[in-house]
Amino acid sequence: MTPLTFTLIVWGISYAAGLLGSLVGVGGGIIVVPALTLLLGVSIQKAIAASIISVIATSSGAASSYVSERITNMRLGMVLEVATVAGALTGAYLATVVSGRWLFVTFALVLGYTVWSMLRPRGSRIEAVPDPLADRLRLHGSYVDRSLGQRVDYRVSRTKLGLAVSYVAGVASGLLGIGGGVLKVPVMNLAMGLPIKACTATSNFMIGVTAATSAAVYFMRGEVLPFIAAPVAVGVLLGARSGARLMGGLKSRYIRMIFVAVLAVSAAQMLLKGLR
Amino acid sequence: MRVRLQRKPAQTEDTISSVLRIGVSTSLVLITAGTALSFLRPGGYGWDRADTGRLSGPGGTFPRSLSWLAHGVIHLDGQAVIVLGLILLIATPVIRVAVSTAAFHRERDRAFVAITLTVLALLALSLVLGKAG
Repeated sequence: MTPLTFTLIVWGISYAAGLLGSLVGVGGGIIVVPALTLLLGVSIQKAIAASIISVIATSSGAASSYVSERITNMRLGMVLEVATVAGALTGAYLATVVSGRWLFVTFALVLGYTVWSMLRPRGSRIEAVPDPLADRLRLHGSYVDRSLGQRVDYRVSRTKLGLAVSYVAGVASGLLGIGGGVLKVPVMNLAMGLPIKACTATSNFMIGVTAATSAAVYFMRGEVLPFIAAPVAVGVLLGARSGARLMGGLKSRYIRMIFVAVLAVSAAQMLLKGLR
Repeated sequence: MRVRLQRKPAQTEDTISSVLRIGVSTSLVLITAGTALSFLRPGGYGWDRADTGRLSGPGGTFPRSLSWLAHGVIHLDGQAVIVLGLILLIATPVIRVAVSTAAFHRERDRAFVAITLTVLALLALSLVLGKAG
């Protein structure tokens, strides 16, 4: 494979990853890391470093649109990103110390559980409880749903649970080069009471700064190779833009279906990697 | 009756959206230009199969000094231009947080000034941690 062929293949994979990633609020890393390591034989460290760069690109590209359309709950995002950023620091540090094998297996189980919880029939959302923290920080939100043509108001619940899960998502982000949206979105949707579109938009918003934290660690270590990171970043960016353009007009049901499919594939891939 | 036209102040959402859009677009341009330079200029990527291994292999730890970057960008070294774009991409969400801090400060929202400053402090720590690791 010549450098040009390699660049074009990586670009194509990354474009597809970015498109799907921005639609469901994951960074695209879940697709990019296995593709780079399994299909192209790139070392896992270099793949993770390139992926985390692309995660910044995906999320910031899409977040720009969501913020401008007022779908993002910025106040909630800024509260939860304290936890995701602290987690990303932990994860990027752990990556130098720990073998990731057991973590792949754990993650496959977590992803499998998430698929199951998303496939349950409607009404599975956990009942809202009063949340004094959300009241005090004024985290409740609203947005205009273009496909429904109406304003959606919602109240935020279980902020502390959200912080805990955000920390775990941050660790996963720093350690595996993924955005961590797969962990945050279901909790924000099912336990915290946010509509799925607000979850996707707010998750995207947080992922940029989370990924920047771990990317800075990888970058300072010299693990971000321009040859790999460049086509990954550009491909994912353009894919994310196509996705952001589709997002406002799509119905929530379709976004959920794509999301579930992405989770199922990721779970299988991670289990295989962990058991091999 | 005369109605005084009042210009609507720029909302934080619009500022943040612009920061993200401009940061990402500019880095996209830099990375694309850097890739083109890497292919077109001598001493860049090369066109041989062996070059792919050299560029993506485990031995390819990347040079990271500021003087290398400055020298490379001035002399239109493709990989240095790409690295400049990557740095801008990493900096974009950080700038977004700083913009939010300023906005909350204007609104006298002390809790959120503290929250966003905490995030900035953790980001600064990541640079130190990366250097130490």
